Parts: sequence; structure tokens; C-alpha cells
Amino acid sequence: MSKPIYIALAIVTFELVISLTSPAWAGSEYVWGGKLDLTRGVSTIEGAGGGGLVPWALIAGNETKDGVGGQVSATSLQTHNYGLTAYSAAIGAWDRVEISFARQDFDTGKTGGRLGLGSGYTFHQDIYGAKVRLAGDAVFDQDRWTPQVAVGVEYKHASHAALLHALGSRRADGVDLYVSATKLYLDRSLLIDATLRLTRANQFGLLGFGSGPRDTYSLQAEGSVGYLLTPKLLVGAEIRTKPDNLAFAKETQAGDLFAALALNKAVSLTLAYVDLGSVATFRRQSGPYISMQAGF
Amino acid sequence: MRLGLTLAASIMILASTAQADEKAVEPYVQSDANAGVLPMTTDAVFQAFHGRDGVDRIVHRLNWFHNHDPRLVDTFKAADNERLERTLSEMLCYILGGPCHYTGREMKDLHKDMGVQVFQLNAQIEDLQTAMSEEHVPVWAQNKLLAKLAPLKRMIVVR
Ligand code: HEM
Repeated sequence: MSKPIYIALAIVTFELVISLTSPAWAGSEYVWGGKLDLTRGVSTIEGAGGGGLVPWALIAGNETKDGVGGQVSATSLQTHNYGLTAYSAAIGAWDRVEISFARQDFDTGKTGGRLGLGSGYTFHQDIYGAKVRLAGDAVFDQDRWTPQVAVGVEYKHASHAALLHALGSRRADGVDLYVSATKLYLDRSLLIDATLRLTRANQFGLLGFGSGPRDTYSLQAEGSVGYLLTPKLLVGAEIRTKPDNLAFAKETQAGDLFAALALNKAVSLTLAYVDLGSVATFRRQSGPYISMQAGF
Repeated sequence: MRLGLTLAASIMILASTAQADEKAVEPYVQSDANAGVLPMTTDAVFQAFHGRDGVDRIVHRLNWFHNHDPRLVDTFKAADNERLERTLSEMLCYILGGPCHYTGREMKDLHKDMGVQVFQLNAQIEDLQTAMSEEHVPVWAQNKLLAKLAPLKRMIVVR
């Protein structure tokens, strides 16, 4: 339990170091906040700035290129057989670099008993992420076709290594690499993201990484489309393909329909209906998703 | 020689469109190109803004924010409100495909020494969104204007 506290401390220290050494001091005045509503994205279940399932090229936090910001989130997803809870924290610096942390608890509830794990058996996963914006401006480059592009890495560490091995998973740690292209088509009020991910994670990593027969990285496609009903309300859909490595259970793509609302500069609320597909032999795992996010 | 005279005469005529209660500015060549943006090709969005009257009300409200939004007041303190409202209204009317010409100064030249930062541009965009919503401009039409204005960031935020 003390782990999140250490991470919070590390993030605050990082923040202080950055704010004191920021190149933004040269020439410009240091500024807190200043981003337009929703242009930090919400928090993915893996902690990165983005949609709910798909990371975007947007950088976490309310900062502009002249400052440092951050965001925290709490998310709950209830499907028919399972419950997923995620907490995350992210720091964005100069609207350029993002580091993030997320903790996921995957509660098998009564289904745990039917899987032979014991009722209420809960898998955990910690995810450490970093993202760098390489080029483009998703919001302001309205006269260019080029999107905002970022690359990211997620180091994931799942608990219960012995059990994951017994389920056929090769390892409990894994690294995902992704590249995201995000663009706001303001003249159509549309936000579009396309993300490619190299991964060998089973169910995001909650069920480990790779398997005996299938231990290679594969390229997975993810995407989000959103429509800006108002400057503070984005509605849309996401899709995310996943590898299918484990022999004991088929893994399918995930998707959602979402509404993300900026309640004010700091707080946003995301409501969604998420379909995780088939999870650990139980098909059609879909249900309501709620996520609160606060940023500065 | 003839050409030079005609040009001088037309500049004087255009310059006389300025209202009497505006402060004088350094001489400059007037042109729609000073807006730095090409106008929309139909007036559909202009109609959604309720024509020139709607644009005038929005600009008047936006300029109120220029003088009250704590993120903007310092920069706009010395601005000539009469002139700013007239030229900004012309500019928006022109961009929206309305029957207007922009007679103000060139965007980049005008803003280059102000040290505008991103948070200020974003503040102004939020205030403009508020002003447009108060005028009941539909969001799709608001976003069409913002899409036109967005690339001006490269001319306005230069530090
Ligand atoms: C897309 C955004 C913007 C547009 C379209 C725009 C347009 C204009 C126009 C048309 C004028 C009057 C031109 C003239 O007098 O000939 C003006 C003046 C001015 N602008 Fe902007 N502007 C923008 C953003 C900003 C921002 C973000 C700031 C600062 C925070 C700013 C600060 C000023 C000031 C202080 C003046 C008055 C200059 C004077 O009276 O001498 N502008 N702007």
C-alpha cells in the first residue's frame, strides 16, 4: 500500500525539479495551466492521456509549452463477470513529455470460484508510462493535414506470477510500445486518433505476457473518433485490437462508446459503455464504465 | 507616376474609413491579406452568426473580456478599443464569408512585440466561445470560425 505514496512523492519531486529547471524560463514566463478544455484528453485505464482505452498523442495535464501540469484519475468498469478498477497519475511537462503511473485491480468476483481461483480473486497490475510528442499540433494546425504524433512506452508488471504461469502465460512483466496520431478536425467538430501498439500482453497485461506457443510481439491497431457537441462535451467511440496468445481462453478486441465532459478546468467525468469481448473463457464482457479525472 | 498617385489616393480613401475617435496608427498598406486567413467561400456560417449585427455583438463582448479577463487585461490595457472593435469585426465578417473588407494592420506585424503566450491565446479563444454561445451561434459554426483562426497562432504566439 505504501507503494502509491512513494510514487506520488517521486512525481512531486520530478515536478519540482522540472519546474525549477524548465527551459520555459528562458524567454517566456512560467505559466500554470492554460490548456483548452479536453485537450489534455482524459486518462486511459493504463494512465496515459487519451481516451478510455486508447492513448492519444495529446499530453497529460493543463500546462502549455510554458509550464508543467498533471492529472489523476479513478476508473471503474463493471462487466457481467468481472470488475476492473484503475487509479492513475500523470505529469505533463511543456505540453511535450508525459510520465504516468496506473494501478489496476481486476476482481474476478464470484466468477473467481468458477475459474477455480476462489471467489473474489483479484489480479493486479502496475503500469509505468512515458510519452513524447514528436511533431504537429492537433488543435492549432487546422490548415495542415498533419496530425499531432507521439510515441509512448508502457512498462507493465502483473502480480501473481506463479498463477499466470499456470494459466499458460510466459511472464509477468512486459513492455508495450506505441505510436499515436491525433487530430482535431475543427471545421467538422471531429477528433480522430489512430494508434499502433507493439505488445504481447494478455488482457492488457493483467493475465501476463506471451505464452509458450506464442511469445512474439504483435502489432495491434487502436482508434478513437469523437464529436464535439460543445467545447466541453466530447462523445464518441473507440476500438482496440489485442493479441490472442493464451491457449485456455480466446481473447478478442475491446471497444467502447463514451461521453467525456469537462465539468470545469480541473475536473472531467467520462461515462462509457465498454465491451472487453471475451475474457478468461467468459464471453461478452461488457458493461458501464465511469471515470473521474482531475488535472492542473 | 499615375499609378503612384492612384495608389496614394486609394490608401488615403481607405484610411479615411477610420473613425474620428480612433487614435492614429503608423501608416500601413491596407489589404484583406493582412487578415492572414482566406475567407470562407459561402456565407452559410456568416448567417449562423446572425450577420454583421451578430458579429458586432460578439466582438463587443469579446473586447469586454479583453478588458476584464485577468489573463488578458495587462496586454490589452493600452489598446485602442474603438479601433480594435471596428477592425476585428471587419476581420471576422470577412473571414466568415460576409460582405466586408479587413482594413486593419497585418496580423504578424501587429502582434509581434506583445510577447503573447499560449495560455493567453487559449484564454481569448474561451472568451470568444462564451461570446459566440451568448449570441446562440451553434457549436458547428463556432468551430468553423475557430478552424480558420487557429493557424494564426503561428503569427501571434512568437516567443
Ligand atoms: C486569433 C486570434 C487573434 C486575432 C484574430 C486578433 C486580431 C486583432 C486585430 C484585428 C487587431 C486590431 C488591428 C489594428 O488595429 O489594425 C488586434 C489588436 C490587438 N491584439 Fe490581437 N488578435 C488575436 C489574438 C491576440 C492575442 C492572443 C492577444 C494577447 C493576449 C492579442 C493582443 C492584441 C492587442 C493588445 C491589440 C491592440 C493593439 C493596439 O491597439 O495597438 N491579440 N488583434
